[in-house]
Amino acid sequence: MHELVIEPGRTEKNYWRDLWRYRELFYILAWRDISVRYKQTAIGVIWAILRPFLAMVIFTVVFGRIAKMPSHGIPYPILVFAAMLPWQFFANALAEASQSLVINTNLISKVYFPRLIIPAGTVITSLVDLLISAALLGVLLIWFHFLPDWRILTLPVFTLMAFLAALGPGLLLTALNVKFRDFRYVVPFIVQFGLFISPVGFSSDVIPEKWRPLYSLNPIVGVIDGFRWAICRGASQIYLPGFAFSTATIIVFLVLGIRYFRRTERTFADVI
Amino acid sequence: MSDIVISVENLGKLYTLKHKGNGAPYTTFRDVIARQAVAPFKAFSERLRAHSVLNGSSPHHSNGSVLTDSVEQFWALKDVSFEVKQGDVLGIIGRNGAGKSTLLKILSRITEPTKGRVRIRGRVASLLEVGTGFHPELTGRENVYLNGGILGMSRAEIKARFDEIVAFAEVEKFLDTPVKRYSSGMYVRLAFAVAAHLEPEILIVDEVLAVGDAEFQKKCLGKIHDVATGGRTVLFVSHNMQAVSVLCNRGFFFQGGTLAYTGNVKETIQLYLSTFSKSRGSDELPDRRPGSGEYRYTLASPAREYFGSAEEKIVNFEIQRRGKLVGRMWLSAHIVDAGGTVVVQCDSRLVGTRVEDFKRVTGEFRFTTPWLKPGSYRVDLFICAGPIVDVWHGACSLTISPVLPYQNSASEDGTQDGLVLAEFVWETGELIRGGEETNGDNSSVCLD
Repeated sequence: MHELVIEPGRTEKNYWRDLWRYRELFYILAWRDISVRYKQTAIGVIWAILRPFLAMVIFTVVFGRIAKMPSHGIPYPILVFAAMLPWQFFANALAEASQSLVINTNLISKVYFPRLIIPAGTVITSLVDLLISAALLGVLLIWFHFLPDWRILTLPVFTLMAFLAALGPGLLLTALNVKFRDFRYVVPFIVQFGLFISPVGFSSDVIPEKWRPLYSLNPIVGVIDGFRWAICRGASQIYLPGFAFSTATIIVFLVLGIRYFRRTERTFADVI
Repeated sequence: MSDIVISVENLGKLYTLKHKGNGAPYTTFRDVIARQAVAPFKAFSERLRAHSVLNGSSPHHSNGSVLTDSVEQFWALKDVSFEVKQGDVLGIIGRNGAGKSTLLKILSRITEPTKGRVRIRGRVASLLEVGTGFHPELTGRENVYLNGGILGMSRAEIKARFDEIVAFAEVEKFLDTPVKRYSSGMYVRLAFAVAAHLEPEILIVDEVLAVGDAEFQKKCLGKIHDVATGGRTVLFVSHNMQAVSVLCNRGFFFQGGTLAYTGNVKETIQLYLSTFSKSRGSDELPDRRPGSGEYRYTLASPAREYFGSAEEKIVNFEIQRRGKLVGRMWLSAHIVDAGGTVVVQCDSRLVGTRVEDFKRVTGEFRFTTPWLKPGSYRVDLFICAGPIVDVWHGACSLTISPVLPYQNSASEDGTQDGLVLAEFVWETGELIRGGEETNGDNSSVCLD
């Protein structure tokens, strides 16, 4: 029989083991969020497809037809949609994660489990939307007779990268949101701004060479480049120094997020 | 190996209360920045004011900025030490704010203690609320899995006990109906059923029996009893003294954040109840009482020291505003007897009284029936406006004089049964008298 010691300021040695022990809760909370989302909606899953689809149409018209941005011979809708996938995922995941603790107040004040499960669970929920929109990408690829090669098999790696990119700031924001409720206004701002400063509607190589490292500090730039490379048969190149910068930003945010979250998590129930 | 499953040493929990000027329930980052910006000026103006007071000039009243906070610290729990042996069934009693719930929250790892140490051996399941995490849109079946998972059961465990849970809750027919369409009774039954089948080594239960009908409460108590007799350890918090005395073998009495008494459960209950009759009203700070707190009772006292059983009983009260407006409110009172049973509930909606938008109000709460039996009663007062605004357990006590309101007297067994007295009549028809040869039908009534 294992002994549990509760003391002030005790960093739980078995935190990560606990997280593993509660792994089913990830699944249960994600499943709850998904099934609740599609109950009592008229067209259900179509929402997950409609939003990126309409955004893609608009971006194709604005950037492809009107601004005539270069596309390296890739059909412009595919160029846009390959970026729209990770972007929508990132935006949804960040928005949901940053609200997650406050929404689940009743759980936090009444039961114990590693709190990390709540924001991480919502990010997993957003993955389901990503999968649904990926099906639409499949349709587009067939429609344009643009079949991907072996590189598409690397897509899970970039998906993981997008996952971590959303998780880091998500943890930070949701923990801050517990204490300071006005952080909820930060997220729509990030999402709206991010769409314009990320290479969603255009290829990232239209950015002048000397600005690209700076531009790549935006973690999503690396993710989007990766998605395009994997989906578009390498026609859209990954800019490696930039990719490294993006990865570094993701890691920095992840470490910051986890540390801040872990430090404040013990007081969530008192503050929320 | 000793059989001590929980040991608590010098446990303490310090809360910092902020009484905020603007009454918002949470901090915003904007406020923090604003306060930081204002702070130097405020310090300066305070020094200036102190200076002018010293010089004898009139201290001008500055109403202060909206951001004025007063910070108050209090120990919700202090220096609590105890040990619990395997198989103990502990009844934890005390008034609201005595530290019971804080203790349970620490033991179930929801909040962290400020000092002290707890050692727990064995798997703990705590049930601080019925139906934690239930989602109204999901069906009964889905909620069983959801709730079980949240309480720490694995899917395999839930699957194994699913039929048992459903049978206990008596909701077989509605398993695939969203729980938002459940009656509140069904909802509570299902929620308790899931929790009751946790089968942990240590079970922590907080006031969950306050919901549900009498029959179901009995069933729940039976289930907890089963858990207890199965050699498991139970920590049970309740205001229902009946339940505590039936269920528990040891009693813990908390008062003002400290463990005031431990011992035999009957003695502990006696001690707890005696604290009600001694004081006129409870000394709980209004801001520490449950409820959203926009309005609070600030005073409650019976109009006289004694009331006759059949007399009009009068309680004077005062309510003050403490926060922003909540719309129309109604008031309610529970009269609770020494055994913890709510004898009567008096909800002002039933008599068409509602109040709204005031700064301060005093009033009277009067009732004549039922005729209360002689003894001491606790009065619990409530303010509601949809959500509960104020809950004041033990606001004051009513004492009913031992003189019975009947013309004649009887021996004690004439009144010992029943919760209340009634105005009643025994009337008989014409008494048929005759010889011994009444045809077998013994209809004579014994009148004395």
